[in-house]
Amino acid sequence: MTASVPVLSDTQQVVLIRKLTALADDEIILAQRGGEWTGHAPILEEDIALANIAQDELGHAGLYLELRRALDGHDPDALAFTRSADEFTCARFVELPKGDWAFTMLRQYLYDAYEALWLDAARQSSYEPLAEVANKAFREERFHLQHTALWVERLALGTPESMRRTQAALNALWPFVGQLFQPVTGEDELLAAGVLPDLDAVKTRWDGLVLPHLTVQCGLSLPPAGAEQPGRDSHTEYLVPLLEEMQRVYRAHPDAELW
Amino acid sequence: MTAPQSQLTPQAIWAALDGVPDPEIPVVSVTDMGMVRDVQIGESGAVTVTFTPTFSGCPALHVIRDSIGQAVRELGASAVEVRSTLTPPWTTDWIKDDARERLRQYGIAPPAPAEDGLIQLQADATRCPRCGSFDVRMTGSFGPTLCKRLYVCEACKEPFEGFKSM
Repeated sequence: MTASVPVLSDTQQVVLIRKLTALADDEIILAQRGGEWTGHAPILEEDIALANIAQDELGHAGLYLELRRALDGHDPDALAFTRSADEFTCARFVELPKGDWAFTMLRQYLYDAYEALWLDAARQSSYEPLAEVANKAFREERFHLQHTALWVERLALGTPESMRRTQAALNALWPFVGQLFQPVTGEDELLAAGVLPDLDAVKTRWDGLVLPHLTVQCGLSLPPAGAEQPGRDSHTEYLVPLLEEMQRVYRAHPDAELW
Repeated sequence: MTAPQSQLTPQAIWAALDGVPDPEIPVVSVTDMGMVRDVQIGESGAVTVTFTPTFSGCPALHVIRDSIGQAVRELGASAVEVRSTLTPPWTTDWIKDDARERLRQYGIAPPAPAEDGLIQLQADATRCPRCGSFDVRMTGSFGPTLCKRLYVCEACKEPFEGFKSM
């Protein structure tokens, strides 16, 4: 039942831990932003949908952090709820405040397409535990992508106001997208070993899926490409207050077993 | 109440697990859903049950894990380990046929056959569990639980939930 796990070198382990943490951090922070809509979404069904999506993303973070636990023994909850902003390695893309509904749906769509395609490629990982996780999470991510793709269409082709807001969201998000496709330090070695997918290939597929959808299908205009991206140790001013909110209960009650 | 150890057979354990309901959809059991993958009895009488989670973020997972352990302990097992596995990943194709019918009678459209691999922006066709019409409209692609969607039937005008096909 359990497939053989290839032995990673010490260096490879360090890089894989870095990558798993970055993947999980993106999911945790985006889920927190999604959760901010709970009780505030425009209609009840969307409140439920976004809460579902956030729950799935947290589930994926849990899977990544369990893989990390197998490598270094760190507790997933402690990683999520006790690290400070300078220890988080999320992309700035997921940190940006939740904005309006168009911003929320467009960000989730751009992210879902990236995640679905990355997971699809990661199903071929030579590191069997990662391939297993990717197989599992991929099936869930497709539903997010279908949902948010439809919302982007609906908003872009809706009223002049919804179109204006969707275009504004695209303009605001575009400079941050590139960071999602940026490797972590040392990632090329794991790419060569077949452990991690080729981010350039994922980006090419992403462009092929997302760009025609945004422009041809939805009539949006692509802003100019963003400037060079900083590393994942560089954060926006929005991360500190987000973590204060997210970690408050855990930090106040570190010994609580049910909460 | 505790049964003697001699009754601890794989068949008895499977039968006991047939009685463990899915906490979110009580008309089906964890075995109906195909969640239980393997039952092993060790030489010392310790039982290992392997189960696979339906959705990775499902909040009912720990309840399911506890219920499985409880059901096996009630058979008199000296020790129970509930292991989870992700491989092969759970698919709605593992839901038993009679459980699909129970879902339908309960008002939940059973899942269509799962297809793997394709990233597509369109959802599968769904049939109204009440009148059988395909003339249905999805009103929410996520339902009250991770595994379901919300629909309205245009033929009989009833709202209903549909199981995602995955």
